[in-house]
Amino acid sequence: MTRRLRQAAVAGIGATEFSKNSGRSELQLAAECSKAALDDAGLHPADVDGMITFTLDGSDEINLARCLGVKDLAYTTRIPGGGAAAAATLYQAMAVVEAGLCEVVLIWRAMNERSQYRFGQPHTQAAGFQAGNGTGSLFWCMPFGAQTPASWEALAAQRYMQRYGVTNEDFGRVSVVQRRHAATNPAAWFYRKPITLEEHQSSKWIVAPVLRLLDCCQESDGGVALVVTSLSRARDLKQPPVRIAGACQSIPYNVEVISNYYHADLATMPEAEGTARRLWAQTGLKPADMQCAMIYDAFTPQVFKQLEAFGFCGRGEAREFVKDGHIALGGRLPINTNGGLIGEAYIHGMNNIAEGVRQVRGTSVNPVPDVEHVLVSSGMAAAVLAKDR
Amino acid sequence: MKTTPDPAAAQPMRLAPIVTPDAKFFWDAADRGELVGQRCGACQRFRFPPRPMCPHCHSLEREVVPLSGRGRVYSWIRPVHPQPFGFAEPPIVALIELAEGFRIVSNLVGIAFEDVRAELPVAVEFEATQGGHRVPVFRPVSAS
Ligand SMILES: [Zn+2]
Repeated sequence: MTRRLRQAAVAGIGATEFSKNSGRSELQLAAECSKAALDDAGLHPADVDGMITFTLDGSDEINLARCLGVKDLAYTTRIPGGGAAAAATLYQAMAVVEAGLCEVVLIWRAMNERSQYRFGQPHTQAAGFQAGNGTGSLFWCMPFGAQTPASWEALAAQRYMQRYGVTNEDFGRVSVVQRRHAATNPAAWFYRKPITLEEHQSSKWIVAPVLRLLDCCQESDGGVALVVTSLSRARDLKQPPVRIAGACQSIPYNVEVISNYYHADLATMPEAEGTARRLWAQTGLKPADMQCAMIYDAFTPQVFKQLEAFGFCGRGEAREFVKDGHIALGGRLPINTNGGLIGEAYIHGMNNIAEGVRQVRGTSVNPVPDVEHVLVSSGMAAAVLAKDR
Repeated sequence: MKTTPDPAAAQPMRLAPIVTPDAKFFWDAADRGELVGQRCGACQRFRFPPRPMCPHCHSLEREVVPLSGRGRVYSWIRPVHPQPFGFAEPPIVALIELAEGFRIVSNLVGIAFEDVRAELPVAVEFEATQGGHRVPVFRPVSAS
């Protein structure tokens, strides 16, 4: 193949239903969402020549390729870093398509993370650690009773609360908005189940004084897939192309995934600040150019820190930004209009990226008017999705 | 996990650390009731978590040195649900900024959760774990 630089675009999205018990294997979920994404694009699985997922994904790429009948893979890779991998899958797909190394890249993430294993329950086994899924949480936290993702997140977020006088009630406003978005999304687990701030404040503590139950994402079963190809090819396919205006990653020195306690100032999020710097430089765009954003929301404090890191407001100002209603539909920057990982499902961030694609296409059930650009962020990586003009 | 009291309840419930080759010196010292740190043998700078190479001068020489055991509370939480393995009551988990200039995750003991404040001065002591090991925890002390 002759290599030439070109633009990449998302041509297809697909998903299974989101549930608490899928009743089938993760491989089947992966195959179903992948086929759905290819159908959405109007491509045949034989067209796929690249496959990307998370290091944490439970399905083998060869087994998935065998399900789909993929003829000849030119490229496979897996992204480390837990949910931080979400937007990084798009970054890798963009890179190999733009470099002319692949024509059609399939990205998938499928998990029985509620029925088969529990992400949210204590992680205490050394066997659970693999390099690349990389955190010191097992080694440096476990004997001290910090054994869940919620506790690892909270230990850093508490410093943010101290610095800016933020309370759990402030975080709760993120959940209230996202559950309102989920309430009108039939695909969401919490469809027609909005919550009030009072309900948030009366939900049980998971980790005091940072996270209540309603600050945490769900545990979900399901799969989400994306198809990335060149912009010129996408223009000949079934859906209007969603341009990847830019994508990048940033892992600054001494930052690690979730048990992120060793960099200089835990009231900040250096990985998201680095990603933002790189992304705005790469695209020539700025926060005000985004009409909405899909922000990795495993826990509500992560939304605060990313809003600040990407420059939608200043450091310490997320509390007021959220309180003033800017993240809700009709606000300055509606976020996670599918309900997010809190309201729709936790498919490790990938369902939020699919919602970003729908906002650009104009097919979201909670459409934001006149969308030109959508930020999709998973903290250590992000992308801007854009209308094809 | 046993849920009913029995004569074996005196046995420590706390989970033992997972020991990796690069951090074995730290946990071995804790078993002896010593808090130690890793310092570069060439440029003398501390680093944590432990690692085989100095990120500043790339020396592979390293020294294990006793630490003061003094520090200050940087952040603190109480994991309530699900109940952490190894604890009868939800512990206070804290990030301690050690006097030597780096942070470690540990527990605060001898203080009510409501009374913890940022920058609270603390000193190390050791608690037993399953399997006959010990880990460092911290107790408030008057400022020195
Ligand atoms: Zn050195």
